[in-house]
Amino acid sequence: MGLKKRSPTFYILAAFFILFVLFMYGPMFAIFALSLQGQNGALTFPIRSFGFYWIKSLFLQQQRIGDFGAAFQRSLLLGLIVMALTVLIGLMAGLAFRRRFTGSRVIFYLTISSLIVPSVLVSLGIGIAFSLLGIETNWYSSGLAGHLTWTLPFAFLIMIGVFNRFNLSYEEAARDLGASEWQAFKEIILPLIAPSLIGVALFGFTLSYDEFTRTSLISGGRNTLPLEIFGMTTNVTTPALYALGTVTTAFSFCIIGIAFAAFQFFSRRQQQ
Amino acid sequence: MLKSWKSIEPYLLVTPQTLVFLLFLVFPIATIFIVSFWEFNGYSMTPGFTLENYRNIFTSQVSLATYLNTFKFVGLVWFFTLVIGFPVAYFLAFYIDSLRWQIILFLVCTIPFWTSNIIRMISWIPFLGREGLLNKLLIGIGLTEQPIDIFLFSDFAVVLAMVHLYTLFMIVPLFNSLMRIDRNLIAAAEDAGASGFQVFKEVILPLSLPGIAIGSIFVVTLTMGEFVTVRLMSGGQAASVGYLIRNQIGSLQYPLAAANAVILLIVTLAIIFAILRTIDIRKEL
Repeated sequence: MGLKKRSPTFYILAAFFILFVLFMYGPMFAIFALSLQGQNGALTFPIRSFGFYWIKSLFLQQQRIGDFGAAFQRSLLLGLIVMALTVLIGLMAGLAFRRRFTGSRVIFYLTISSLIVPSVLVSLGIGIAFSLLGIETNWYSSGLAGHLTWTLPFAFLIMIGVFNRFNLSYEEAARDLGASEWQAFKEIILPLIAPSLIGVALFGFTLSYDEFTRTSLISGGRNTLPLEIFGMTTNVTTPALYALGTVTTAFSFCIIGIAFAAFQFFSRRQQQ
Repeated sequence: MLKSWKSIEPYLLVTPQTLVFLLFLVFPIATIFIVSFWEFNGYSMTPGFTLENYRNIFTSQVSLATYLNTFKFVGLVWFFTLVIGFPVAYFLAFYIDSLRWQIILFLVCTIPFWTSNIIRMISWIPFLGREGLLNKLLIGIGLTEQPIDIFLFSDFAVVLAMVHLYTLFMIVPLFNSLMRIDRNLIAAAEDAGASGFQVFKEVILPLSLPGIAIGSIFVVTLTMGEFVTVRLMSGGQAASVGYLIRNQIGSLQYPLAAANAVILLIVTLAIIFAILRTIDIRKEL
């Protein structure tokens, strides 16, 4: 690399980078620590004692901390549905965009525009549209729709990036050898893009699982997990709130870990 | 037969995605636009055509102040995400030699994106609260005797939390832009006698502008309609247009909320067009 190595600039930037990482993760680890307290724990430092009292209280419902279990199940199910639809719809759109077609630019900009419309408009718009049409809002109908407007543009951008670098000659070779359209897809394209599909799935699930704004006005009577947690911030004043944060973040880390493991697995298989 | 299949294939493949956006983005926004002209009599809305909702917004001191406050948040958050995001992306792109470490450190920066925003906001309480670390520190070093209330539940907390949440939306496109800069250009500039600072100013900065533009568009749109962070970090005391819209929906004033949403959208799009007119981002897409 052309720039001078280990110059004073390097150390200044490295120090800045470390501060940035601390800024990103510090608060998160602080609430992990504060959630692992005994019954006498409070919302602020110092840590008074070590224990799993607050984590346990989440699962045993000793505290009045809302309906954590049901909200979690709802968010999990919704995340899986959004993930499946995002992968499927995003893959189809990506395949379509391997070649230019009339109207492809319009669809491109339509998709991107979903990213740059402030989320509150999506929520409000779907809410008003449903109420004018006389359809009840629900996390699995209007909520699902709101989530897709957020996950699909990311999936689309990833798929376009993947197919831009994709060598068309592989599948043409397969077709020349007599493979059908479906065979070429299944035997050539799918294995080659499998790692990227894992990425799309990760986006689909986690963006849905953590989504707040686009769900907030249209989840119907029953809350998703982020909405439930938001409600708790106003009335829970014990470390149970942090325990909830620790548990859901640990869950997110597990999902990210699984996605990376799957990504590695498919990349390695591809190289063989 | 085969030929006609080939020509309709992309359309079939792209239909589901197009339907999602027509039904759940275009149609709802069109609905907002229409409803913003409807009449509202204090407790319900009736179809019609009135400019009353817009007139209300433009003549009310409160709503004008709310818009100004929103622009203040957008400006501050944009500034800080850029000032923090640029050195981070720059460090990753130019000062980390091994690709492996580059990927690892980049992932370290992006992992918070895949965790819950609400939790990340809550995690500021132990730092900023009355009994929080920051107050203890200030009392400890004798800067203040009484704990300062304004850290949590203030505009300061709102901006801090938004910068915390959105900086990576600036880092990712910036990093992408910086990584695309041909390293030979830098070597050539150095050979021609350019100093480190000149290389930065004449080569790297201009070539990173598309990344700055995309990052800025992300940050501006995310901050523009914000109401969760504003509600949570200000304890309901700060105002923003997003929060105003949410409150209006809470009291079923749909036409007013819709009119605010239309204005919000127009302002956001105007900012984006202004950015796109200044900086050409097509190479990045």
